[in-house]
Amino acid sequence: MSTIMYREAIAAALAEEMRRDEKVFVMGEDVAITGGVFKATKGLLAEFGPQRVRNTPLSECAIAGVATGAAMCGARPVAEIMHVDFIGCCFDIVLNQMSKMCYKTNGQVTVPMVLRTQGGRGRSNGCTQSQSLESLFTHIPGLKVVMPSTPYDAKGLLKTAIRDNNPVIFIEHKGLYQTKGEVPEEEYLIPLGKADVKRQGKDVTIISYSKSVLMALDAAKELEAKGIDAEVLDLRSLVPLDFEAITESVRKTGRVIITHEACERTGFGAEVAAQIADRLFDELDAPILRVCGANIPVPNATLPEVESAPTVERLVNAAVCICQGGKRNG
Amino acid sequence: MDYKELGLTREDLVEMYRMMRLIRVFEENAVAYFKQGIVIGNMHMYVGEEAVATGFCKLLNKEDYIASTHRCDGHLIAKGADINAMMAELMGKQNGNCAGRAGKMHQTAPEVGLLSANGIVGASETLGTGHALYCSMFAPERVSVAFFGDGGGNQGAFHESMNLAALWKLPVIFVCENNHYAISTAVETSTAMGTFYQRAAGYGIPGVRVNGNDVLEVYAAAKEAIDRARRGEGPTFIECDTYRLRGHHEGDEQTYRTKEEVAEVKKNNDCIGRMQKLLMSELNWTEADDEALIKSVDDQVAAAVEFGIKGEPMRVEDMMDNLYAE
Repeated sequence: MSTIMYREAIAAALAEEMRRDEKVFVMGEDVAITGGVFKATKGLLAEFGPQRVRNTPLSECAIAGVATGAAMCGARPVAEIMHVDFIGCCFDIVLNQMSKMCYKTNGQVTVPMVLRTQGGRGRSNGCTQSQSLESLFTHIPGLKVVMPSTPYDAKGLLKTAIRDNNPVIFIEHKGLYQTKGEVPEEEYLIPLGKADVKRQGKDVTIISYSKSVLMALDAAKELEAKGIDAEVLDLRSLVPLDFEAITESVRKTGRVIITHEACERTGFGAEVAAQIADRLFDELDAPILRVCGANIPVPNATLPEVESAPTVERLVNAAVCICQGGKRNG
Repeated sequence: MDYKELGLTREDLVEMYRMMRLIRVFEENAVAYFKQGIVIGNMHMYVGEEAVATGFCKLLNKEDYIASTHRCDGHLIAKGADINAMMAELMGKQNGNCAGRAGKMHQTAPEVGLLSANGIVGASETLGTGHALYCSMFAPERVSVAFFGDGGGNQGAFHESMNLAALWKLPVIFVCENNHYAISTAVETSTAMGTFYQRAAGYGIPGVRVNGNDVLEVYAAAKEAIDRARRGEGPTFIECDTYRLRGHHEGDEQTYRTKEEVAEVKKNNDCIGRMQKLLMSELNWTEADDEALIKSVDDQVAAAVEFGIKGEPMRVEDMMDNLYAE
């Protein structure tokens, strides 16, 4: 095992897959010399050269579209959209091209590519560089959507995403790049569609993904002091969704809180809640709660930026409410 | 344009003439069966523009890629796609080229390098550039041709694709099929300069405008561009001045143009009429030859119609298949 940062895990996954398969290449804004504004492609240019580490103009439509066009021919591009918020500039490619190709051609043309991007708040980047837009992607049939929370998961999931024969939207979190975690020296893969229990518990299941998992773990620690044993389930990939893992956990706890940074309204939590209500109603001992982002653009100033997202305090409060009774704040 | 100087033989000209006729007859049949409710969908016909696809595809190998639009029949046929499977696709049948799930605007013939036509105007520009990136990295003997219309020429994707392709010297030929109308909007009212080809200068690549209804002019420009791409010298932009003889879609009332305007093009600048005249005046092409060719095209399309009609419609039981690749 070695301890590395999340961004280093991304770079390591890319390097390993590029060594393994010459059809894998990277393209995006500033990915070459600087290794990207988040340093997640650092070192790749030196090893693989400018043919396979392609710096592009600020042309998101071309980045996504050209990568899709190359993937249709059999390449395995990893295209980077610097901020998920920039997806608006190339959304046709996501909505109508990469996602629909396999289905509409009856499997004759596939798009084996990864669209790497990052989102989330925490750096006072304001409303157009802090969003959590995963629901835009989970709503589109034909895409897979992955949102890792740790360096270990990021590396194993990215390697799998690159080998997947479908378009995978791989959303990192700007607040995670510097976080550290243990990663094995030897090669490993993590399948898409396998959730991970990040903390075992018996009283309440907190379902989350991406950076919110870390907050859920902090909340679980506080809940322990209040006599509540919380399980933290990290979905890791939203599509495919590991409903089996959700079922197993809900059967054990009977109580569910879903937490994510994205706006609550029609966020991914709504989908998870609906599926649990449909399929596991009899297992529930309490209403399903969501602790999610406020339905507003992300404000820039520090305190509103923090308070418009889920906090440990609100998560703890929600858990206390459904486990021990009481009034819910916010 | 002297066909001999282009290195073309009588046989080549007959082949191109037949191709243009085949595209037209295929589409005329598609329209006829659409009117009977047997062909389904939103019908955007290529009638009048056949010389563009024919001139380019004559120079392409099976392995070369083309990226197409909602007006895709001509591109598919000229590139060598199976017209039986095309007609069946237009009818929503299991024996269609996408088993009935793609339809008119999204037909696919990967075996001849058409990876999927497109209902989104401008998508062929970025996707075609992507095919060219694949060629440049992994299959340097191949090139890519991206067809789009004057409508597509005004999408943002046009600029991003042209710039990136020029920057990376990708083997792609951008072909603007300027048929003068984006649905109802005349090119003079949509496009600041009125024409497109001069935009190439802004990307430092060659840009030319040719009579897109003269298959020899198209062929000549295409040859230069394709040769240049194969030599690794990068993209070319060719504006083909053509004309859509039918409405934007079947059922279009065409209140935006006069019947006289359409009749004038049909009479004096129709790609099929032009080639027929050349063959008859210079190459001993007889009425009998013409009749025989027309009959063979009609028979070929009739067989495609029969193939389509005999096919089974796409089944509801199959509609969940192939959302993801394995």
